[in-house]
Amino acid sequence: MERAPLLEARKIRKRFPGTLALDGVDLSVLPGEIHAVMGENGAGKSTLLNILTGSLSHDEGQILVKGQEVNFRTPVEARANGLAIVHQELSLFPAVSVMENVLVGRSIARMGLMDRKQMAPLVRSYLSKFDATFGPETIVKNLSVSQQQIVEIVKALVMEADVYIFDEPTSALSVEDAEKLFVVLRQLRQQGKGIIYVSHKFDEIFDLSDRVSVLRDGRLIGTSSVSEVAPEDVIKMMVGRSLDRIYPEKTDHTGKKLMEVTDLNAGVRCHNVSFDLYEGEILGVFGLVGAGRTEIMRALAGIDPKTGGQVVLNGKHLRIRSIQDAISHGIFYLTEDRKQQGLYLKLSIRDDIASVHLEALTKRGFFQTKSASTIATEVMQELRVKASSVNQLINSLSGGNQQKVMIGKWLLRKPRILILDEPTRGIDVGAKAEIHQLLRRLANEGIGVVFISSELPEIVGLSDRVLVIYDGGVAGTLTGGDINDETIMEYASGLHIQELVR
Amino acid sequence: MQQQEPETTTLEGGAAAVDQQAERVSFIRRLTRIREFTILMVIVVLIIVLAVLNSTFLSPNNIVSTILSIVMMAIVSVGMTVALVSGGFDLSVGSVMSMSGVVAGSLVLGGMNVWLAVIIGLAASCLSGLITGLFIGKVRINPFIMTLGMQGVIQGVAYVVTQGAPVSVTGVSAGFLYLGQGNLLGIPVLIWILAVIVVVADYLMRRAVVARKVYYIGSNESAAYLSGIRVARAKIWIYIFTAILAGIAGILTLSRFSVASPTAGLGMELQAIAACIIGGASLSGGEGTVFGALLGSVLVGVVDDALVLLNVSVYWQSLVLGCVLIAAVTMDVLTHREKNS
Repeated sequence: MERAPLLEARKIRKRFPGTLALDGVDLSVLPGEIHAVMGENGAGKSTLLNILTGSLSHDEGQILVKGQEVNFRTPVEARANGLAIVHQELSLFPAVSVMENVLVGRSIARMGLMDRKQMAPLVRSYLSKFDATFGPETIVKNLSVSQQQIVEIVKALVMEADVYIFDEPTSALSVEDAEKLFVVLRQLRQQGKGIIYVSHKFDEIFDLSDRVSVLRDGRLIGTSSVSEVAPEDVIKMMVGRSLDRIYPEKTDHTGKKLMEVTDLNAGVRCHNVSFDLYEGEILGVFGLVGAGRTEIMRALAGIDPKTGGQVVLNGKHLRIRSIQDAISHGIFYLTEDRKQQGLYLKLSIRDDIASVHLEALTKRGFFQTKSASTIATEVMQELRVKASSVNQLINSLSGGNQQKVMIGKWLLRKPRILILDEPTRGIDVGAKAEIHQLLRRLANEGIGVVFISSELPEIVGLSDRVLVIYDGGVAGTLTGGDINDETIMEYASGLHIQELVR
Repeated sequence: MQQQEPETTTLEGGAAAVDQQAERVSFIRRLTRIREFTILMVIVVLIIVLAVLNSTFLSPNNIVSTILSIVMMAIVSVGMTVALVSGGFDLSVGSVMSMSGVVAGSLVLGGMNVWLAVIIGLAASCLSGLITGLFIGKVRINPFIMTLGMQGVIQGVAYVVTQGAPVSVTGVSAGFLYLGQGNLLGIPVLIWILAVIVVVADYLMRRAVVARKVYYIGSNESAAYLSGIRVARAKIWIYIFTAILAGIAGILTLSRFSVASPTAGLGMELQAIAACIIGGASLSGGEGTVFGALLGSVLVGVVDDALVLLNVSVYWQSLVLGCVLIAAVTMDVLTHREKNS
């Protein structure tokens, strides 16, 4: 049966400064089809969705809606052409009622006043599909995250579009609400609508969708019928790549146990996390976006409050109740948000570095500027920071050099455990390699190195062991031959957990 | 919205070496980038113009009275500088100033030893700062809202204590009155006190490690927190410091006029913030010096004095002060924009 696609993207190419985000991607959605799109973090899924719905422009290629070429310049134009999208991030107005959120920009008005009598039943009819326990008049900020996600979905449904695009709709939904969403999706399919469904969750995709397309590094690796592929094949498509970069040689971690974390609990994305860290090893921490990697490490480092769990360092129980406690035990956390939270952009290299050495730089309550310069110079030489002097502003350094300052300022404080969150994000290849070498050197010096990364090749290339996080918990700890793209991705997608449950 | 160098190249805020290679600029060009230098020039030009227009302007009497008129504003500005550098500000300083004066004055009137009364007046200011600091630091209430609320609360205390009428104290020890009315080496003691406060506070703000934490917090609060700096605790001390200086201004006002008025500090918060901003502090935090705040106060004082000497009605003062503030900030934003482009 040959059906004309409702939406078709042909050879879409999009270049961002420094990267080719999309390289000739094709994608089509047929009437009555659920088309899943999968790929690693940064594979280009969001860029593609944004281009399809007019939030971004494409450099090359065509977009066709029901066979007609279109060129959306704004999301509004895409909406007018029958495309509705549910974004991953919630974009609701918290202080306003559900119905005003759902009908935002198209409120049904009479003489300039909102006609609640007409709006409410319309919105209610959609909410009932989810058996929602709240009504159209409820103020959004009083809803749970899952309920807000339902509002976000209803906002798209109410448009009665031809093609619906869902970007990880279930990441914020409770299990029950997700089930109801699946029912709705199947209804839409029956009505002949087209659905693009982005998710990391294999069980959903294999339950629900008709075809699956896999993106990797901005390229379409393949599109196949779900009945013809197995999850393992899809994972291979997602990660299959040649190791094109050289990483420092790994050591077999025969060192003694440095730290033992047991049943760490904190917030909503850290449940019963237990893991060990050995002297001299680099522990890679991998998880898909939203899995809770950062939350777990922040709790460990005393930044966010813990609700339970034990940390044993060198055989001693630690009481970490504040960030100062963690620092005093030599556990340092280096944030992923270098510019907003890690560095003082407006200050000089010296003053930035001095911020973590205030105690050492104090003499009778006064700050020792000369000693601060000495320390800063030491950091700059040690890590080969490219700057003309310690007086240069952090702001004017390249990303790689900023990262070096951030690591370097903590190094002189003799860390026992160094937790680095995305230490190579946004820095160039050369600096990246230098930081990899540095981490290996620190591990060899006996410092426990924990690093979080979203980049699989980096995790595989650098880690002695890999802690895979899924849904706020440890999905598995991988060693040796298990440290490969496919296995890590299987764990990160929760595949193994599902098997255990079944 | 502030100049980047050199206040931001070093926390000392002075004319430290800007990176030579990255910033190939002439010495003069660099000097003009120092905010304090710019204001100093403006002040000097103003003084020259005024001296030409009116010969009495540079008379010793007029100089002393001009400085005397800004002593309280300058003292309060010193505290305000610290709050601004930390990225906050304090709208309650005017009320605290009134309150500390009337608390001490009322106690003296009730027969208490004047020095004990002074200590209690300062302690009350301290308590006000502690409450403000706790709510801003620990509960994380926005400084604008919190200090606006405290402005009302503390002003209320001042009114309740005095039932709204000024407290006139008589028969207090000469030693106390000497602070506000005496002369030392031919110069009013008040000016000496201001000088000591400014010199000490300026030195501490440039060199003390505690002050450095304030600059870190104002530059990037999240980074300061992740560096292990106890942000909440620092904020408590910042608002205590601000309140104590306001309290000192209130006590000195009492000593100067032998009268404590519940409205002695009325409008002081805006004057002090204006002086600090003119002096180079930034509302977004991380920038500002005590010396700058002093210069800002002097500029405001000279402008006021000029209006008097040029026989401009006092009713124009507020209007002119507002214009000076807007002009200072506009100039700053424009130079900043030029530098960034």
